[in-house]
Amino acid sequence: MSTSTSAASRIKPWLPLLGIALLALALLVIAPAMLSPFRLNNLGKYCCWAIVAVGIGLAWGRGGMLVMGQGVFFGIGGYAMAMHLKLEAAGPGQVPDFMQLYGDGSMPWWWEPFRSPVITIAAIILVPALVAGLLGFAIFKRRVKGAYFAILTQALAVVFATLLIATIKQTGGFNGLNNFPSFFGYSLYDPVNKKMVYLIAAGLLIVCLVIVWQINRSRFGELLVATRDAEERVRFLGHDPANIKLIAFVIAAVMASVGGAMFAPIAGIISPSDVDAAASILFIAGVALGGRAGLFGPALGALAVGYGQSTLSERFPNEWTYFQGALFVVVILLIPGGLSSVLKRFRKDVARQTTELRGLTVTEPPTEVKVHG
Amino acid sequence: MADTTLVVAGVTVDFDGFKANQDVDVTFEQGRLHFLIGPNGAGKTTLVDALTGLVRGTGTATYAGRDLLTMKSHEIVRAGVGRTFQTATVFEELTVLQNLDIAGGVHRSAWRMGRARKGVPSYVQDALETIGLTSVADLPAGRLAHGEKQWLEIGMLLVQDAKVMFLDETVAGMSAEERSETGALLRRIAPDRTIIVIEHDMEFVRTYADVVTVLHAGKVLAEGSIEQVQADERVQEVYLGRTATADVEVDDA
Repeated sequence: MSTSTSAASRIKPWLPLLGIALLALALLVIAPAMLSPFRLNNLGKYCCWAIVAVGIGLAWGRGGMLVMGQGVFFGIGGYAMAMHLKLEAAGPGQVPDFMQLYGDGSMPWWWEPFRSPVITIAAIILVPALVAGLLGFAIFKRRVKGAYFAILTQALAVVFATLLIATIKQTGGFNGLNNFPSFFGYSLYDPVNKKMVYLIAAGLLIVCLVIVWQINRSRFGELLVATRDAEERVRFLGHDPANIKLIAFVIAAVMASVGGAMFAPIAGIISPSDVDAAASILFIAGVALGGRAGLFGPALGALAVGYGQSTLSERFPNEWTYFQGALFVVVILLIPGGLSSVLKRFRKDVARQTTELRGLTVTEPPTEVKVHG
Repeated sequence: MADTTLVVAGVTVDFDGFKANQDVDVTFEQGRLHFLIGPNGAGKTTLVDALTGLVRGTGTATYAGRDLLTMKSHEIVRAGVGRTFQTATVFEELTVLQNLDIAGGVHRSAWRMGRARKGVPSYVQDALETIGLTSVADLPAGRLAHGEKQWLEIGMLLVQDAKVMFLDETVAGMSAEERSETGALLRRIAPDRTIIVIEHDMEFVRTYADVVTVLHAGKVLAEGSIEQVQADERVQEVYLGRTATADVEVDDA
């Protein structure tokens, strides 16, 4: 029996990789073969949200930081990509169409670098990392946490969306940026290229899952959980908790940005309503539904919420937001650990029953053991 | 072996006019179990807070040529000064082994932090054996008994190689059996270290203290062996007087 347990315990750490492989199979092979181009494109959108969710799972689930403003980073990536696509559509030396429509046809200087595909991709990674780094440094060194942290990040999303709406000449304002005919030179009217964009998004989701899987099993991952559960104690192990949280926050921000960057070409639009406070809360809702602390909970929750949003909004265009709000309330009230926690509890119950059946002593809390008359 | 003496000189902690500690002079030497006693509000925990960077204090606290009062908490820990808290704070969702392993993480490189733990480091194994928790190494720390959690905390200090250990009411709430095991544990680890224990339980102090410092109203009232301290009239007046009578009653019973 001891050999079987040791074999099981040797395989167990690798089970998540098997799960990731299965998800990869479903998203990269099965879905493209089964779904219509329209449905596949929708699934691509959910994948982008799921990428954001995987980052939130790290920052919130493992790190305890309730990031209510991931829309900001989603927007940074989304707008960076959209600006490049607009410039690509305009052609060399030309100015995006909306600037001629709303403004005098001149382009702000900070648009210029986004003509370069390389600079655009670099910006999608580096700008959110820089913003989150500076922001996180200021927040965590001051030991802002809990509800204050959540409110602060939420406020940032509000500010960001308001700023976008106010700058119609530079960012397209309320309408956002839309109408992207091509993606790095490949026409988006061609279904084959559309499928390729979907595969990139789904592939990036898999990559993010592998990254977070490695972080969770690393010593840093253990330290992150320790910081979540007892920050002061971590300080007295000689670590600065601010640095630990900062790393997780920056990684989550970059993932949100990558999700946003892929969202723009797949949805064909990025606008303030995709990045504002409501959108940010929706990211959180998916993560809460799936279960924030697990590896798959956030991603699957986001996919489910995305799917639910599309289906319900098709059938009940006016009421679906109520469903969403109700779902959020139910999850928070009844299953705060998300759906994956229900599964885990069930598994634990089964395990306990089987051990009891075998007549083995289950390790009970010592207080109960020490009852002797 | 490097000397681990900690010299505290003229330490004052001022909370907006209220002086929780005033001109405290005390020397904590290596190899002795040094107990800090005193009535509630005497400033025992505040003194430890000041020496570990949790509250601001004036004066000096010299350890290995550095003044702890000018350093931040995590720097003080890295310099080799560790502490526990009144309520045992272990990472409940992590296993005993993971708790100890994390404690040893301070000097790890970024590269090693990014990778998974392989096997059990020798210093973690040593600490597990010293604190007697080898058999429950893979249990989540939240499942441990109260006393075991305190031992785990001491184990974490061992792993982080703290040369100076402040233990805040470690045996509070422990059974008699757990107390004597804790005392034996402290005796085992004391020779290479400077150990300071805040304690209310006079029986425990009497059994294990090499040196006792009595704090009262933020100041040092007396210092010496337990006999010397108990013989001190001022101590009897403010503190031990009551406790001593209480103890006699217990002894009679």
